[in-house]
Amino acid sequence: MKLKTLLLGAAAAVAMAPLAAQAERGSDGQLNIIYWQAVSILNPYLSGGSKDRDASALIIEPLVRYDPTGAMVPYLVDTIPTVANGGISEDLTSITWTLSEGILWSDGTALTAADVVFTAQYCMAEDGGCASATAFADVENVEAIDDRTVKVTFSKPKPFPYGPFVGNASPIIQAAQFADCLGAAAPNCTDANFGPIGTGPFMVSEFRANDTISYVANPNFRDSAKPAFASVTFKGGGDAAAAARAVLETGEFDYAWNMQVDPEVLSNMEAAGKGRVVSAFGTMVERMLVNLTDSTAAAGDARSTPEAGGHPYLADPAVRRALSMAIDRATLVEVGYGAAGKETCNVVPAPAIYASTANDWCLTQDIAGANALLDSAGWVDSNGDGIRDKDGVELSILYQTSTNAVRQDTQALVKQWWGEIGVETELRNIDAAVFFGSDPASPDTYQKFYADIEMYTNWFDGTDPETYMNSWTCGQIPGPDNGWQGNNMPRYCNADYDALVVKLSSTSALDERAAIIQTLNNMLMEAGAIIPLVHRGAVSAHANTLLGVDLNAWDSEMWNIADWTRGDM
Amino acid sequence: MLNYTLRRLMFTVPVLLFISFIIFIILDMAPNDPTGNLPMTIPPDVREKIRESLGLGQPLPVRYFKWCVQFFINEPLNIIDKMFDVCTWGCEDRLRVRSWATRSPVVDLIVERMPQTLWVVGMSYVVGIILAVPIGVISAYKQYSWFDQAGTFVSMVGFSVPSFFSGVLVIVIFSVQLGWFPSIYDTTLKVVDWDTFMMQIRQMVMPVMVLALQTTAQISRFMRASMLDNLNMDYVRTARAKGMKETTVLLVHVLRNSLIPVVTVIALGIPAIFGGAIITEAVFKVNGIGQLLIIGIQGADIPLVQTLTFIFAVLIVMFNLIADILYGILDPRIRYD
Repeated sequence: MKLKTLLLGAAAAVAMAPLAAQAERGSDGQLNIIYWQAVSILNPYLSGGSKDRDASALIIEPLVRYDPTGAMVPYLVDTIPTVANGGISEDLTSITWTLSEGILWSDGTALTAADVVFTAQYCMAEDGGCASATAFADVENVEAIDDRTVKVTFSKPKPFPYGPFVGNASPIIQAAQFADCLGAAAPNCTDANFGPIGTGPFMVSEFRANDTISYVANPNFRDSAKPAFASVTFKGGGDAAAAARAVLETGEFDYAWNMQVDPEVLSNMEAAGKGRVVSAFGTMVERMLVNLTDSTAAAGDARSTPEAGGHPYLADPAVRRALSMAIDRATLVEVGYGAAGKETCNVVPAPAIYASTANDWCLTQDIAGANALLDSAGWVDSNGDGIRDKDGVELSILYQTSTNAVRQDTQALVKQWWGEIGVETELRNIDAAVFFGSDPASPDTYQKFYADIEMYTNWFDGTDPETYMNSWTCGQIPGPDNGWQGNNMPRYCNADYDALVVKLSSTSALDERAAIIQTLNNMLMEAGAIIPLVHRGAVSAHANTLLGVDLNAWDSEMWNIADWTRGDM
Repeated sequence: MLNYTLRRLMFTVPVLLFISFIIFIILDMAPNDPTGNLPMTIPPDVREKIRESLGLGQPLPVRYFKWCVQFFINEPLNIIDKMFDVCTWGCEDRLRVRSWATRSPVVDLIVERMPQTLWVVGMSYVVGIILAVPIGVISAYKQYSWFDQAGTFVSMVGFSVPSFFSGVLVIVIFSVQLGWFPSIYDTTLKVVDWDTFMMQIRQMVMPVMVLALQTTAQISRFMRASMLDNLNMDYVRTARAKGMKETTVLLVHVLRNSLIPVVTVIALGIPAIFGGAIITEAVFKVNGIGQLLIIGIQGADIPLVQTLTFIFAVLIVMFNLIADILYGILDPRIRYD
């Protein structure tokens, strides 16, 4: 009833306002947002979880954000530095940012270059455990040239120098507030971590950890007409279906995040007519990783490392190709993802300039083709047990993933398709906190990969995949010598690939980079080291009366909350 | 009795220390990782740094000792400081038990969650007892009547239908279809006037209803069984033979004697109130202690889980003692000395 009254009040306010008048700050009253994973902390440098980053995006902002097309939009600066405008040095080792004039923190003090420099110090401090450290990779020095100018110097040429202070991973925090919170002292600053002072459209009025955040409009926000909402409640808890219900069926909330709900259930809820489901596609791909090294227990300590030698049957490219051909990606999307997925044949599906079309053969399932391929490669059922074999090696796969209803549905479907090409599959699922945990003592982590195939989703932050492509170089293979840290899960190792990655790191022209990235992507796909399944999107739901939502897969979903308003569709 | 109580209290200290150590070991052996739920874009070396900053690099005995110091010395000192607004030894840089997810003191988190848990789960317990006692009495007195049959049926439903089903069912009926009650509990609501009081009542109705069904089911069965035991006793026949009114026989003689075991059951159930109701809290987004615990477990937030589980252990040990003492007080035949 409270909400209804509020809605009526807001509607009345809108009706009484003179037509076409400029909206006023706070004129649209209350906004209710629900995240089914509750927010733990409002300092993204100490968390890294997207829920925490989104909740803090209402308060603190980076210099530049990405818009839904992946293009950069200046927030706290007037222009984006490029080589052409002199903002990036010719040798690509430094970038100079100039802050916009007159930007104030919510406490009324001015944003200066010192705050930007401090932000870098905060994340790069020893023992701080900064979750956004990747954004500051290769940063050698950050200095204030004057009150509004900051120069970032890198230790090597950076063709894409938009890591620090760009996107939702590295917003600017206030030096005065966090001065005593550097390094090991960071966790002790509970007040600052729970209520950072920011330049964004809202500020915290009450923070209840793992529960609810109350925000009010920032009186010092740079656009005096924004935000349209006077206050925001950011509720956490429950599950995705309950959050969807609260927006689409009961109308208690205006916006719900990450609708990981059975597509059919979601479209039934949407039919209630109170809200709509929106999606946006970034770079997330649900993929299978193929273990190219021997993963059998017989390999002993060398298990799943290059020292163990090649995989008994997955080392054969024909087998890898056949496994991919047998999968009907359209069905996987329909069953598990609905609006939240599209079938894909690339590990880099976006931005459009990087997306290759060379591997589109995988879009159509070809059981007959897969069977023929295996036959011609010598994999036949010689002992009559229904499973193909060759030289005494049976095509019997251990296929692991994290515990999650959609993943288990996918596993069951794939097992059936692989059965049709004479491949036996044993399914295994592991709790996410264990599987994605990196306890080197646990045999069940995705890095150890004591299985033949594993499946999960990965993506890259921002729009530049250079670091991401670096994941599949030989040096990134996890093993005992690096404590099983490393991103190269398939244990793919190809000198040509590595050389091309090195070339990428010194190429700055965008079209050349795009060509290299497409080639790298195609090398991985042709080798069958990675079997991409579904290009996953972000799916959210919002009330029909909430206008201005423009779901963004390249930055925080809350990137344009200052522009959200209340009205009729 | 006093001797007995003191003896029992002294014995609780080693028991609780032992429990805390066992909890610590079990949590340490659990194969999950506080960085496991972070986005995949955070590379392994950064994760390693995060783990180090959480103190995970230290050996187990050191971590256990630190936790003991923080929990048994620093936290009580902090409570004293807060209560009397003073600064005892080392109040500026006192190390407190901090959650890994929120980086804030665990005890503050628990204090923040207490009100909604006590309101919702506590209220459901009270409602459950108020309903269960009369149901049990009438069911026993009129054994095999339609009332008894209906009571048995409702108890069976209460026992067997899990709250993740009944909770969602009442949400679909009363929130989605009828629109009477909110499906999401507002923990920020402050009761200041009649309207906010009514709002608080409205948001409590559904979770209290779902939880009270379970409590009622359990306690009414105990009550009924205990009444049936007593109704056939000789002293009841004597009372009736003396010409006492049936209400006196039933409500004074039989009920008082039957309540003894039921009171014990009720006392033993109280720690569960503080433990919150993990599933029901999640279904209605009450975000109390139960939800805090489940978030802690999912996120491998070991200091939080350790502290909460240990507090539950303390409550269970204490209420066992209270139940034993209550038993002695209610039944003069029982003496421990």
